[in-house]
Amino acid sequence: MELTRPFNVFFGSVGRKVLPLFREINQMSRLINDIFYWTVVSPLTGKRIRWKAAISEAVKAGYNSIPIVAVISLFVGIIMALQSAYQLKKVGAMIYVANLVGVSITRELGPILTAIIVSGRSGSAYAAEIGSMKVAEEIDALKTMGINPIRFLVVPKLIALVVMLPALTIIADFIGILGGFLLSITILELHPINYIQQTENALMIKDVITGLVKAGAFAVVITAVGAFEGFKVEGGAEEVGRRTTASVVLSIFLVIAFDCFFTALFYFFT
Amino acid sequence: MENAIEVRNLRTHYGNIEILKGISLNVPKGLITAILGGSGCGKSTLLKHLIGLLKPTEGNIIINGRDIAGMNERDMDEVRKKIGVLFQGAALLNSMTVGDNVALPLREHTRLEGSTIQIMVRMKLDLVGLSGFDKFYPSQLSGGMKKRAGLARALAMDPEILFFDEPSAGLDPITAAGIDELILRLKDIFRITIIVVTHELASLFRIADHVIMLDRGEKVFEGELDELRASDNPRIRCFLERQAEEREYTPEDYFRIIAGD
Ligand SMILES: Nc1ncnc2c1ncn2[C@@H]1O[C@H](COP(=O)(O)OP(=O)(O)O)[C@@H](O)[C@H]1O
Ligand SMILES: [Mg+2]
Repeated sequence: MELTRPFNVFFGSVGRKVLPLFREINQMSRLINDIFYWTVVSPLTGKRIRWKAAISEAVKAGYNSIPIVAVISLFVGIIMALQSAYQLKKVGAMIYVANLVGVSITRELGPILTAIIVSGRSGSAYAAEIGSMKVAEEIDALKTMGINPIRFLVVPKLIALVVMLPALTIIADFIGILGGFLLSITILELHPINYIQQTENALMIKDVITGLVKAGAFAVVITAVGAFEGFKVEGGAEEVGRRTTASVVLSIFLVIAFDCFFTALFYFFT
Repeated sequence: MENAIEVRNLRTHYGNIEILKGISLNVPKGLITAILGGSGCGKSTLLKHLIGLLKPTEGNIIINGRDIAGMNERDMDEVRKKIGVLFQGAALLNSMTVGDNVALPLREHTRLEGSTIQIMVRMKLDLVGLSGFDKFYPSQLSGGMKKRAGLARALAMDPEILFFDEPSAGLDPITAAGIDELILRLKDIFRITIIVVTHELASLFRIADHVIMLDRGEKVFEGELDELRASDNPRIRCFLERQAEEREYTPEDYFRIIAGD
């Protein structure tokens, strides 16, 4: 009896930590299932998609993020060029700055920086919006009007992000490379034509495509996490704040985890 | 008397705590039924079961001859087109104007022309005394006006049954009386079955035809207003005479309350 006690305490506390996690994973997968149903299946049965709402979400999440995405990717392009030059200078291969900047921006930094910015701007806004609607019984009101809250609120957001996140990523790619280019032709004194040619040779269409595929997946992650945390709100306003913060942390975590997974996948299979 | 809603042996839990302990009741058609009781006795929980937002652990809820307790969402949506709900805080969508809020059920569930919907919205807003407010946002309205707008939205689909969760909560007595008059008008003009959750005695005596009183998850009374007045059940008398509940505490009880165990 006494001997098994430490084991009971240990497994008991592990169980108390792990079981809720399983429950959350279960709830999350049910939510993703519902989102998929209302985005893909139900429109086939004649239920309308709220395109107007999707466009206004696209303006909020996409168009309004252009300035911040542009500025950050310009800086990151410059940083990448400087950091690469720091090493390449030693072996006298400065022109390869173009390769490093081009490949790392399109394959990695463009998609992930954009996703992190959008998690912070839009993912948190989704959690806050849905959470405060839950507190004000607006979600219940939608249900009693026979309007599914996922179709009404989440599907337009998902459509908006799935289109806008890859679009923002293209902008980030372009401006990031521009940043590297501007730094290289001034401070590093590389010839502009050489730099452009080198970038063209280094970049394969596949690099850009894999980046955009990632961006699409990140869009699903950010929308699902924002909605998940928002719908979980039960209490009052202070819980909305807590869930909003949690949604940013969780979606940045999941974006990076998925990125790791995709990068490994693309490394081995392309 | 025909019943619009019949509840049989309704039991429900939040987690392990039993909230409604086997309630049976009838809601007569075309009349105003008040669900009465102190805070935390389970009134809102009962209401959420009647409109299908929560599913009971056990029991039946029969609306117009159909049991909604085990019903799937698709059939439930059909039932919901026949009911309207005014939530405690009105629950208007804050991102839309009052007009769009009222138009929402019509746009979602009918294929009516935009101009027809405009006319219907104006009619519903007239009915609740909010003509000319269709371009306002909910944040620009007072509490009483929000409730009226919420009522206009609840009426949009011409429901057969209307639910109100504490319609006079948070309103001054005059505004609250205005809402009561509106509820009476709806009954008289449209013969809608109305269910009002309340703990306001003034409102109860003004509008109710049929009264159901809950106490700690149990039904303690169901019947006419006069029977309620005449009842000598101590729990009902306490409530009607606004007496604080009597509790017998021993010194040990006080000690336990203070010590927090
Ligand atoms: N979501 C919930 N989770 C757990 N307990 C709840 C929840 N909602 C209400 N309760 C509890 O159920 C009881 C009845 O609540 P409610 O139906 O809201 O009462 P009323 O509307 O009569 O004031 C209360 O004790 C309340 O604390
Ligand atoms: Mg209540």
